[in-house]
Amino acid sequence: MKFHRIYALYLRHFYLIKSSLPRWLDLIYWPTIQIILWGFISKFFTMHSDFYNNTAGIILSAAILYDFLFRSSISFNMLFLEEIWSRNFTNLFIAPFKISEIIVALTATALIRTLIGIVPAVLLASPFFGVSLLNLGPALILLLFSLYAFGITLGLFVVSGLLRYGPAFENVAWSSLFLLAPLGCIYYPLTILPDWLQIIAKALPLVYIFEEVRSILLNNVVNYYNIMSALILNLIYFTLAIFVFYSAFQEARKNGTLINVGE
Amino acid sequence: MNEIAIKINNLNKKYKNTLAVKNINFQINKGMIIGLLGPNGCGKSTTIGMMLGLIKPTSGSVFINNKDIETNRTDLLQKMNFVSPYIELPKKLTIEENLEVYGRIYGVKNLKDKIFELMEKLNLTEFKKRKTGELSSGQKNRVSLAKALINDPEILLLDEPTASLDPDVGDYVRSIIEDFSSNNKKTILIASHNMIEVERLCDEVMMMKKGEIIDMGKSKDLISKHGRKNLEEVFLKIVRENNEVS
Repeated sequence: MKFHRIYALYLRHFYLIKSSLPRWLDLIYWPTIQIILWGFISKFFTMHSDFYNNTAGIILSAAILYDFLFRSSISFNMLFLEEIWSRNFTNLFIAPFKISEIIVALTATALIRTLIGIVPAVLLASPFFGVSLLNLGPALILLLFSLYAFGITLGLFVVSGLLRYGPAFENVAWSSLFLLAPLGCIYYPLTILPDWLQIIAKALPLVYIFEEVRSILLNNVVNYYNIMSALILNLIYFTLAIFVFYSAFQEARKNGTLINVGE
Repeated sequence: MNEIAIKINNLNKKYKNTLAVKNINFQINKGMIIGLLGPNGCGKSTTIGMMLGLIKPTSGSVFINNKDIETNRTDLLQKMNFVSPYIELPKKLTIEENLEVYGRIYGVKNLKDKIFELMEKLNLTEFKKRKTGELSSGQKNRVSLAKALINDPEILLLDEPTASLDPDVGDYVRSIIEDFSSNNKKTILIASHNMIEVERLCDEVMMMKKGEIIDMGKSKDLISKHGRKNLEEVFLKIVRENNEVS
């Protein structure tokens, strides 16, 4: 793996964002709106719900973390879509990139994009709604890592679809997380789901992450079983996603789609 | 003895039921400029795609500098580059930014000097802070050529390098290509529909039709062999043979 190639791909996206006010606004606007919306919803539930009444901001914390996951995944997809939209896609694949370098570059750049969007929103949550993610304590680092890993994993699956099926797969890029959100038990406990759906939901790291968030905020207890379960599931899905990405690349070469993606 | 830059062995590409490239064989010696001619859909782009490792052959092999592109893709692409009017550079980046990004991808040493040299050579200096998407097609074409020359490639593949350019800019670009080849002994493959361009630039010409290479040789030899006045007439004769117009 060569650092100069990874840095070059990061630089390409840095230059793109740097000079584009609409992109800056797009990055910051949606997370901020999300946080404000969920801030008020959270405030309402805190005042009118037995479940949440002693734990201000549990919904808002979940909303911030879900947005972090959403931004991670969308950022990864966006970086790839930008290449398709600008018809630069073929240039990328005739450059001497290894697939692993592309994955590392997009993963690192997606993190920067995600942080640009989420940090201002997180900073807003504290003075406006009195909610700080730091209430989750040191476990927050592992939870954020797990969410980011899952976001990138989803991004890899979507990008594999774009490679394999072309721009027609773009709609899936936008909807992928919405499909999983109901099963992720972001705003409600796992027990709300019917038994058969609980079995499926338990295969997602999201369930363990958000159960853990509630466990910490409601009971002040860190359950390392949840954290480890999420990390192990993430490792499995991430490995699978890399395999799928490599397969999609080979399939795209076989179908000749690398030379005319975007047309 | 001439060194071989590109060697194509029994290359085939089949898409579902269509055989896009049929058992082609050729080799290009280092330092030569070769023209690849043929009607639309004859398999030129597919052949170039396989030479760049973008398309996986159904069978056969592509050797670049005696190495198989399938197993040495990254190393070989470091020494190659490609220009096509059908692919573009990021439109929102300035010329300078685009060249810097690609220079870094290829690990070019003294990158600033190299970018300056290319911009001077291709008359781009005055536009260096302009976004690539704001340029005219002629200017974009020159930026793409600058990107293709940024790594000083040993092998340069050009797909219609002067398409959509006015005669003056087209002539200028051809001079750049000639200059690049003669000063550096580079190997260049040009896929083009511009016969004058091919006659002027290329040492030899390959004619493709329906996925096959049906003739190859020096332009003047092909003209005389087919009893025509120029390469364009040879092209038309070959394309229209058997009453088929592609």
